[in-house]
This record gives sequence, structure tokens and C-alpha cells, in this order.
Amino acid sequence: MTQAPARILPVIDRDSEAFWTWGVDGKLAIHRCADCAYFVHPPVPFCPKCDSRDVMPHAVSGRGRVVTFTVNHKSWVPDLPVPYVLALVAIEEQEDVRIPCNIVDCAPQGVIFDMPVEVVFERVEDVWIPLFRPVHS
Amino acid sequence: MTRFAEKNTAITGVGMSEVSRGATKSALALTVDAALEAIADAGLTRADIDGFATWPGERADGSGFSPVGCAALQDALRLEVGWYGGGGEAPGQYGAVFNAIGAIAAGLCRNVLIFRTMYEATARKSSYANSLLREGQRQAGPFSWYAPYYTYAAALQQALFFNLYVHKSGITPEQVGQIAVNQRRNAALNPNAIYKTPITLDDYLASPLIATPLRLYDCDVPIDGAAAIIVSRMDIARTLKNPPIRIEAIGSSMRYRNSWTQLDALDTQAQPKVAEMMWGRTDLKSADVDIAQLYDGFSFHTINWLENFGFCERYGAKDFIEGGTRIALDGDLPVNTGGGALSGGRLHAYGAVHEACTQLWGRAGKRQVSGDPQICATSTSGGPLAGAMLLVRD
Repeated sequence: MTQAPARILPVIDRDSEAFWTWGVDGKLAIHRCADCAYFVHPPVPFCPKCDSRDVMPHAVSGRGRVVTFTVNHKSWVPDLPVPYVLALVAIEEQEDVRIPCNIVDCAPQGVIFDMPVEVVFERVEDVWIPLFRPVHS
Repeated sequence: MTRFAEKNTAITGVGMSEVSRGATKSALALTVDAALEAIADAGLTRADIDGFATWPGERADGSGFSPVGCAALQDALRLEVGWYGGGGEAPGQYGAVFNAIGAIAAGLCRNVLIFRTMYEATARKSSYANSLLREGQRQAGPFSWYAPYYTYAAALQQALFFNLYVHKSGITPEQVGQIAVNQRRNAALNPNAIYKTPITLDDYLASPLIATPLRLYDCDVPIDGAAAIIVSRMDIARTLKNPPIRIEAIGSSMRYRNSWTQLDALDTQAQPKVAEMMWGRTDLKSADVDIAQLYDGFSFHTINWLENFGFCERYGAKDFIEGGTRIALDGDLPVNTGGGALSGGRLHAYGAVHEACTQLWGRAGKRQVSGDPQICATSTSGGPLAGAMLLVRD
């Protein structure tokens, strides 16, 4: 996606900071309960499974699968290159942690349901944006 | 089942402003038009209105999504009320109605004016070409998780859910297109509709792809306009000039994760348990329903509701709408009889309530469903939000 419009950045707060910044070390951070290992995303310092308050950012594998996706064809703003893929990726560690992302390094027509993917990061200002690309075996 | 408070309420009047792709008057003026028409339709005066509500309340952000809230309308009409409320954190657009039911039950008011105003046609002619992201502004809140990924419009978020539905159900574009074709056919008979020229399935299939599987004709049309309804306490409703349209049952639940990314059931969204709640508050069954005004922000919402209200089995909507005859005005279950938001204009579920009442009161002219329809199911939806109402004319 060359010459694309600037990505809109998220407001980062104490809960989301790890998710948006651990990419500096190539790590995808997802909050995990230290007591029962349940992943809590979007991040909240409370485990809804066991009521633990000991929930901290944890580096996951960065691998996952495409749960669903859409190929966008409409150029919503000037100079937006289309088509591009918006997807929800479930992390390998837990099915119900789904991360919105663009699928990169892949033709939009090549994205399929359940496709194995891995994280890559794109830095914009102080944010390391997780993107996913196909896993090449 | 008299213990449910909605059964002590009824819709007693409806109103709608001009609906257009560019209004000749202000959003507040459109709101006043709709409100006064609804009050008069109920046989009431401004002095009788002792409560009012809207969803999602005033958003002075230039988007046109909700330019008029309670404060502006109260002052315009100089209403004197026992209760009012506007706010977006509710079970979808009908949250304002559900709150009004509670306020009536609490004895705070008797005749509640509920309104919804949109000014998106004008807004989008200026700088507000897309609805979710603002260039140069950091995004907070639930949509921050989508923000960096060129998610400019609700169409993209919803397309994620709809594409999974297509994948699981096997519905074809030819089947999906029946929703848009049916509603345009109905809109041709509705003088207030935006788009009245009939379309064919080929026209649908040739309409531009927005975000797979959504085509242009799957998307509702932004308009300028306002709709209003009056919800009255039942004893008062029975003294007014229109036959009361009883709110027989509502579905207002939140039993899923309230998240646009972590929804428990991505392909059905939040609808199934909302529908289950509604059916749990009435002895009526889906087979009793005469007409349906189902949310159609996108045509797939309507398809989802056909299943989730139980008009057909899970993933059976594709067969239900095949050929379009069952959902036509003369079909087993006429759906979105005024053209819906796709062709009538995006009044965001309040156009649907207006059309429901128009049909149940037998005022729909050339698009009037025959057989004196008495029972209408109506709904809203979008991601984690959903609401449902079953309306019954006495």
C-alpha cells in the first residue's frame, strides 16, 4: 500500500499501552490472567473467568488465523489505494481474542477464511501497529 | 403476562418530516415538523406531552448523525415535562422507547414524544464524507481498535460479520439482492421514499462493491429528515383518536460481549437473545406476525433478523427470500413495506416504526398490505447492539 493516507492512530491509555507499543521488540502483547491464564482482550485488569485482578500484558506467539475478513473496494478518502483487506484475526492461544488488522504481503484476492497468519508491525509515531501476513511454509 | 410494563403502553401517533438528499430547512425545523405532526396525529396538543426522548441524543460533531437532542427540542416547543432522556448507551435505536416505557411505568409521564433526526445528506456534501475516522485525530473508545486499519465506515466493520455469515450460510448474491429489489419495489409505491425507480436483480449485481460482500444497493441511504412517535399510557391511548398500537413485547437485552471486535456470535451479531427475550414476553409466536419492518442499515441485517426472529431456520433465510415472493407486499411476510432505509432513507429504525404504524392503521395507500394487518415485528441492530419490538393494533 504505497502512498496510502496516514493511518489514524489510537489514543493509548494505561491498559492499551502494551498492545500498541511492544511491537518495538517485535512482540504482540495481550493481557493474560496470571492465575488462570485466560487472555483478556481488549485489555482490562480483571479476569472475568476467575475474578483475579492479576492480569498483565503477555507476549503471545504472534500467530493466528483469519476468522473473517472483507475486501474493501471503495476509496473512502482521496488517494486511498484499493482494494485492501480488513480482517479479524484470532490469536493462536485463544479463539475469542480477535484482533482487527489489515492483511499484508498478500494479494487481497488471496485471503481466505482460516488462513494462518503471523504478526508484523508498522511503526507510526509512537505506535507499533500490528498487521498480519500469511505464514509461508 | 400483564406484569410487563410495555403492555401498558401504546403508540398513539406518528409524524415524519420531508425526507431528502438535501433539506431546504434546518435539522431542528425538520424535527419540529415531525414532532408536531405526531402530536396532532395522536389528537394531542403540546401541553399533553409530559415526556420526551431520543436516541442517541445531540451529537454536535458536524456528522449529521444526531444533530438535534432533547435540549434543543424542549426549547423549540417549550415542552413542560415530568421526564426526558436522550443517550446512545442503550439497546440500539429503540433504547429511547424502552426508556419511555420505564418512565411511564414509574409514573413520571403519560404521553412521551420520541424522535430521531438525521442530517447526514447535508453533512456528507461538506467535509464529512466518511463516518468513523477523522484525519489527524486520535481515536478513543471502542473503535480505537479498528482505527489504524482504514476502517472509514460502519460498512467495513459490518462487512466482517456479513462475510462470515455468507461463508457459513452459503447465501448467494442473487439471494441477497432480493432484499434490495423488494424494497425498491415497495418504495416505488411510497411517495416519501428517496429512490422510487424499480431495480432488477441485474442492477443489484452490477452495483459497485463497497466491501465484500456489501454492494452499494445493500447500504442504506443517508438523508436529511426526522421521524417522531407518541407513546402513551394505555388508559389514555384508549381515549385517543387512533386505535392504540400496543407495544406487546420488547427485547432489550445485552447478553453478549458489548464489543465490536469480540462479539460472541460474529455472524448473527447480538440479535438472537434479544429476539428470545421479546418472544418470552408474549404469547404470540413468529407465525402470528403479519408484517415485518426489520432493520436494514445493511440488507444483511434484515436477512439476519428473518432468522433470529424465527421466521425461518438458522441459515434458512437464503431459501426464505429466494425469488423475493415471500417478502413482497402480497407475500406470506411482507418485509420493509415502505422501501426501508435502503430506498426510503436512513431514519435509523424510526422510519421503520413509522411505516409499521402506517400499515397497521391502514394508511399506506398503494403499498397497503391487504388483509388488515394487525401484528408487526420490528427491530434494530448493529454489531453488539440490537433491540426488538412487537407491535399489535387493537
